[in-house]
Amino acid sequence: MRRVRIGAGMGFYGDSILPALETLRRGQVQYLAMDHLAELTLAILQKDRQRDPTLGYTRDMGEVMGRLLPEAVPRGVRLITNGGGINPPGAAREVLRVARELGLEGLRVAVVTGDGIGDRLEELEAAGVRFADPERGRTLAEVRDRVLFASVYLGAGPIVRALQMGADVVVTGRTTDTAPFAAPLIHKFGWAPDDWDRLAVGIVAGHLLECSGQATGGNFSGRWWEVEGLDRIGYPIAEVDEGGGLVITKAEGTGGLVTVDTVKEQLLYEIHDPAQYLTPDVTVDLSQVRLQPAGPDRVRVSGIRGRPAPPTLKALVGYEAGWAGEGMMGFSWPDALPKARRAAAILQAQMARLGIEAEEVHVAYLGYDSLHGPTAPEPDPDQVNEVFLRMAIRTQRAEDAARFARLFPPLALSGPPFIGGLGGVSRPRQLLGFLTGLVPRDLIEPHVRVELWEVG
Amino acid sequence: MRIRLAEVAQARSGDKGDTADISLFAPTDALYQLFCQQVTAERVKAHFGSWCRGRVRRYELPTLRALKFVLEGALGGGAPASLRLDNLGKSLASALLRLEVDVPEELLLGVPRLRYPG
Repeated sequence: MRRVRIGAGMGFYGDSILPALETLRRGQVQYLAMDHLAELTLAILQKDRQRDPTLGYTRDMGEVMGRLLPEAVPRGVRLITNGGGINPPGAAREVLRVARELGLEGLRVAVVTGDGIGDRLEELEAAGVRFADPERGRTLAEVRDRVLFASVYLGAGPIVRALQMGADVVVTGRTTDTAPFAAPLIHKFGWAPDDWDRLAVGIVAGHLLECSGQATGGNFSGRWWEVEGLDRIGYPIAEVDEGGGLVITKAEGTGGLVTVDTVKEQLLYEIHDPAQYLTPDVTVDLSQVRLQPAGPDRVRVSGIRGRPAPPTLKALVGYEAGWAGEGMMGFSWPDALPKARRAAAILQAQMARLGIEAEEVHVAYLGYDSLHGPTAPEPDPDQVNEVFLRMAIRTQRAEDAARFARLFPPLALSGPPFIGGLGGVSRPRQLLGFLTGLVPRDLIEPHVRVELWEVG
Repeated sequence: MRIRLAEVAQARSGDKGDTADISLFAPTDALYQLFCQQVTAERVKAHFGSWCRGRVRRYELPTLRALKFVLEGALGGGAPASLRLDNLGKSLASALLRLEVDVPEELLLGVPRLRYPG
């Protein structure tokens, strides 16, 4: 039976490149795929492009490809990345430039476009699509002049087309996290568009790979102290056969751990209803899924079922949603927590006096409740060696955010005693909101283009 | 006896918009049944208090001995709009592990404790 091995590259914009290099050298993979685009990544890339219209893709694209291509090309490994962000052609030009420098004449780079809908919002609304934030009841009309980007999550289809055209490197914009991983399987095995059970296997393989080290011992909540070699962790590799058999493993000699216990945490990560994990390629049903050990650092995944894909694609519209102003300072024993609380009260009184308006004031005490909020029990005061007060406000005015941050330094001399760790004054940080929408496929798919460029 | 979930259970959490997504894993079938009875959506909602403004849904996954909790309005507005340090909700799973359950001692026989040896 035919078999394919796919390696996970980076799991987010800024992840380490080194594990992917080990996978290329020792992982016996035919494809290396990577997901760079978290929900907020496109907003970062949009700001880059506002400054320079040739940007808008992950800025480490050139460096990443400069490291990956020399290992991938001689081995015939094909690379897939959605790091094109909001400018896939710009990213592809960067790949071509690097490939030319490396002397890789004849290398074929495919570019997928059509996910960006920033200039089509009116047209799509007129066709009946609603963009809204159901949790906050916000509509597109309210945020129209603050929209930063808008895109639709594409599935594996266009990447499969790119591979069929002979691409050595595929560069896309917004896709689902799983599409770059599922596409090589659909391409290689010729799985039919309605072969739901097998397509679901491809999506689950992708889901287990998209967060890099989270499937191989990273963020492991079990006996984490027993995971060896996180300093040289191996990223996951999916070994898939054409019948839909799936094994998760990693390159030999790398650190980390692949066991039923490490894999199961990633299997359910961020999927909401496990019986109904929606993707543009298939609706995945994990209600009967099973994990079994299959040798050292090998776990078999079975019982994956698929049902028809939804008729719509998910769209995400990012908009400017005000500003955060924040500051932090530390207080030492004795009475560290009461002193930090007093400082918070002083800041609140000064805000009121100065007319700094905030929609939300967030007060947290690092060392006590900044990560666990109201679930953290009040500590025994004498056991608290030190506490950091961190306060942040949400405001519509960048100026108020800046004024708030400037309230912190004077507390070093004029607040409760025994302080430290007062850094510089932090600059206002722009906050982002999202609207979502469901767009019928026939409004998007005819606009999706796949082009093949060659290094000449 | 009364134990915290952290003694025996694994958990992982993440985000989607302003919705937190937490998985809880039981080490044995018997403890999974016990979690199903005692770790209800209502209890989880109450546990997170002001940090969860919306409803909590729970899904059961017996083949993995897992419970999935989906908490709406639980990330302070969603990652890029949140004022929290943990804007991605990665630590919320460990906050869930603070919950206590009543366990007959025989159900804990042979169950490895998830306690750092120090």
